[in-house]
Amino acid sequence: MTFLTQLRKEIMEQFRTRRFLTVFIVLLVWGMLSPLTAKFIGEIFNSIPAMAPYAALIPPPTVTDAIGQYIKNVNQFMVFLALLVTMGAVAVEKDKGTAALMLVKPLPRSTFVIAKFLALVFTFGLSLLAAAVADYYYTLYLFQPMEIGPFLALNGFMLLYTLVYVAITLFASTLFKSQAAAVGVGFGALLFLAVLGSFPPLKEKLPDQLILWGTGLMTGSHMAYWPALLISVGIILASLLGAWLVFRKQEL
Amino acid sequence: MTAIITRDLKKFYGSVHALDGLSLTVQPGTVFGFLGPNGAGKTTTIRLLTGLSRPTSGTATVSGVDARQSRKIARIIGYLPEEPAFYRWMTGYEFIDYTARIFHISTGERSRRVKELLELVGLAEAAKRRIGGYSRGMRQRLGIAQALVNQPEVLFLDEPVSALDPTGRKEVLDLIDSLRGKCTVFMSTHILADVERVCDSIGIIDKGKMIVEAPQSELMGRFTIPAIEVEVIAGHEKDLEKWLKSLRNLSWVKNTQVDGTKARLTVKDLEKARKELFHALNTTGLPVQRFEVVTPTLEDIFLQVINGKGGAK
Repeated sequence: MTFLTQLRKEIMEQFRTRRFLTVFIVLLVWGMLSPLTAKFIGEIFNSIPAMAPYAALIPPPTVTDAIGQYIKNVNQFMVFLALLVTMGAVAVEKDKGTAALMLVKPLPRSTFVIAKFLALVFTFGLSLLAAAVADYYYTLYLFQPMEIGPFLALNGFMLLYTLVYVAITLFASTLFKSQAAAVGVGFGALLFLAVLGSFPPLKEKLPDQLILWGTGLMTGSHMAYWPALLISVGIILASLLGAWLVFRKQEL
Repeated sequence: MTAIITRDLKKFYGSVHALDGLSLTVQPGTVFGFLGPNGAGKTTTIRLLTGLSRPTSGTATVSGVDARQSRKIARIIGYLPEEPAFYRWMTGYEFIDYTARIFHISTGERSRRVKELLELVGLAEAAKRRIGGYSRGMRQRLGIAQALVNQPEVLFLDEPVSALDPTGRKEVLDLIDSLRGKCTVFMSTHILADVERVCDSIGIIDKGKMIVEAPQSELMGRFTIPAIEVEVIAGHEKDLEKWLKSLRNLSWVKNTQVDGTKARLTVKDLEKARKELFHALNTTGLPVQRFEVVTPTLEDIFLQVINGKGGAK
């Protein structure tokens, strides 16, 4: 009951503060634009006099190009938005005093944190769904139909990948009262995992491989990266557990 | 059961001793005024009693529940912080409704209570407006409404009227007054007139320690100044001074002071002084404008206590 009340409040907040709308529009636009960009990149080059000579070098667009554009654009923006939308989730409430006002009531701190995470899952999940539908439609219209199963799996991996950074930034947001510090940790984690990914033995176990796995599924590869999946889920759970452990001891 | 008990409560932030052995007792159903200068430890005390903060040492119970058991405490208290912060995107109605849901109040009861509380604090008309557009006074009143949602046994109010205009202040003080007997109110403030008006008992804290704690009437009695003030109509200052000189050698007069048209006599026996002085005044024919036995205001007592002139608890 309390959990549903809190989740309802968090989802309402996503809508009323226009966070949902922002994420939804950005991802939807990139979902639509990605196949369009892939299809018309040659024409775009031709329309710019300085770029026209290079247009001839571009091979005829294929569905693989459309998928590549979608993954690159949507994934980049989703991670960027994950850091921005999550950074103030707990930090702002601590700083302003709303956390203190609500947590002297019978609202468990675990509920407070988990409801925020699930509201963000809702925002990114629904926005990605809209982006995926738009991308599927335009790809179908401009190229050819994609296989539904692998496409759903790809989007699932993209969402999971984003949630890794949502969870890390949420953890940082419980540690600090400053949004800047929280986003700093989230961005730091992004860089750290990128550096770790340059070491071959570790590379296959990191969240980045989820995107590679999804891309592979779309292009017919059957290469699976289960350790990356397990580690991504592990990072999410560990971040949420850490957030709760830190937050339950915190004086507000 | 005693509403609030703290024993040797301490809270240190590094080398800063925010609370340094605070002991107090608040009886149930009373309105307790918690006074002290800025930085004395009033808010820290409330934070410890509401479970928002943990003591370095000492004990605190609220309605018999250890204040460190924040989950149990949460069900029996109401809390209004000094500057209540809200979700600006919510309406007043939504916020009180959300608070009531947290307390698991059933749907029908919730709707009735939310409307009742908004009516009580004078926000019924603004209930559908977003909190972001509320004035500071309106937010303070909304804060009082949310603190009353669960009909708390103990209500903690940190400076509840500091943001309100005179009308709002009167309304909130009347509201606090009406809660007497229904719940215990623990109210921190620096507005002494408000404490004088609504509080049954008073605690004065300074540098993290309780300096004085007593029922208001007892405190007033304890700090009574045995003095009488006489004021005459302008133009009779010299006559007043001359008359005062003639009183100096009387056995019951301790000290005299004159300031223009006002004279103050500090006396040894207030009852005797009252009778004899009144008689003496009649015989002089001085045009008296005011004759008053000086009663200390809470401000006098507060200043005496804080300046170290007051008696210990």
